[in-house]
Amino acid sequence: MDKRELISKRIAQELHDGDYVNLGIGLPTEVANHIPEGIHVIFQSENGMLGVGPAPAPGSEDKDLINAGGGFITELPGASYFDSATSFAIIRGGHIDITVLGALQVDQHGNLANWMIPGKLVPGMGGAMDLVTGAKKVIVATEHCDKYGNSKILKQCTLPLTAKGKVNLIVTDMAVLEVASYGLVLKEIAVGLTVEDVVKATDADLVVPEQVGFFGTE
Amino acid sequence: MVKIISASEAAALIKSGDRLLIGGFLAAGAPETIIDALAASNIRDLHVVCIASDWENKGIGKLVVNHQISSAQVSHMGTNKEIQAQFNKGEISIELIPQGTLMERVRAAGAGLGGILTPTGLGTVVEEGKDVIVVDNQPYLLEKAIHGDFALIKAWKADKLGNLVYRKTARNSNPIMAMAGKIVIAEAEEIVEVGELDPESIVTPGIFVNYLVQSGE
Repeated sequence: MDKRELISKRIAQELHDGDYVNLGIGLPTEVANHIPEGIHVIFQSENGMLGVGPAPAPGSEDKDLINAGGGFITELPGASYFDSATSFAIIRGGHIDITVLGALQVDQHGNLANWMIPGKLVPGMGGAMDLVTGAKKVIVATEHCDKYGNSKILKQCTLPLTAKGKVNLIVTDMAVLEVASYGLVLKEIAVGLTVEDVVKATDADLVVPEQVGFFGTE
Repeated sequence: MVKIISASEAAALIKSGDRLLIGGFLAAGAPETIIDALAASNIRDLHVVCIASDWENKGIGKLVVNHQISSAQVSHMGTNKEIQAQFNKGEISIELIPQGTLMERVRAAGAGLGGILTPTGLGTVVEEGKDVIVVDNQPYLLEKAIHGDFALIKAWKADKLGNLVYRKTARNSNPIMAMAGKIVIAEAEEIVEVGELDPESIVTPGIFVNYLVQSGE
């Protein structure tokens, strides 16, 4: 299984029947491909829609029906449309059950940095700050290390924050980590790895319980 | 009363230096016909308030490429390399605003409020220089209202009183921007007679709208 599939499949296990879910752009979007059988969730798109359906067949795209990344989508039965202020009332007001977002950095205090590298990348925060601040549960989907092999799971973020202390769960290609009041807890490791592998690859201090589960089995 | 005008007449109402609230999200629901007329004009030094700077050849991006915008309040510009280049060269000044905060600041202006209190941005660079106000032991940022000289918006259908109906995700910021412009110019794909729109379906009441422009003309 490739890293992205490993991460998105594991996150899909966190969804409950009936949840209202907002998926960020990129890797988080792939969570939608792995919803467990019997679980029905409703996807929100922050540009003003609940009930997002899959991409349309080629040739049947609608210029007025896009997601927050600008990609064409479809509407499912029961879909609704609303303006951007209502959309962010839904987000900020605590009505979204789960949001899944990517990370440049995430730390053991639940801080997330995912919108800016000063001097290099300044795309803007879009809806990310509101989502991380307001969603009932914030899950970060990220590769454990960057392309240089450096841990993205830090003691303390160094890049500008998206929100302070709002992350609940971090799912990487190596581990499932829960942000608890007493520290960052190693809940599960990917099949084939040892606890030592994960500790060695992680900058953050980890709380390792007696029982650590596995994920990534088919 | 609402007046139906051409896109170039709409552009002629706007002066260099004006503050424009422009509707749309990644060009879906953008008032492209009015933007094209602005792009063909000599109007410069615009201050633009919008969700995103769209693409170089679509939506607000066309005004960026023409160097007609000197400052912007925007939540996302990741799809537009040109605005990032102008920003890095210091040619355009940018205030990046969380999208939900941006919408509430504009809505506040239209609703006669001085601003809003939001938890979004606490503990981040967005907090810098702003007042933190504690209500019932919860901290919030005081975010001030954002007004516009003009709101340029796009609807699906309009009646001749300026009542507006939107279509799917092309609604986005348009009803919010419509509330906060001193003068509101709405472009519509179809302009119908008074009475033809179901009053229950109207999202923006005509009281907010001053001018109508037929899309594509």
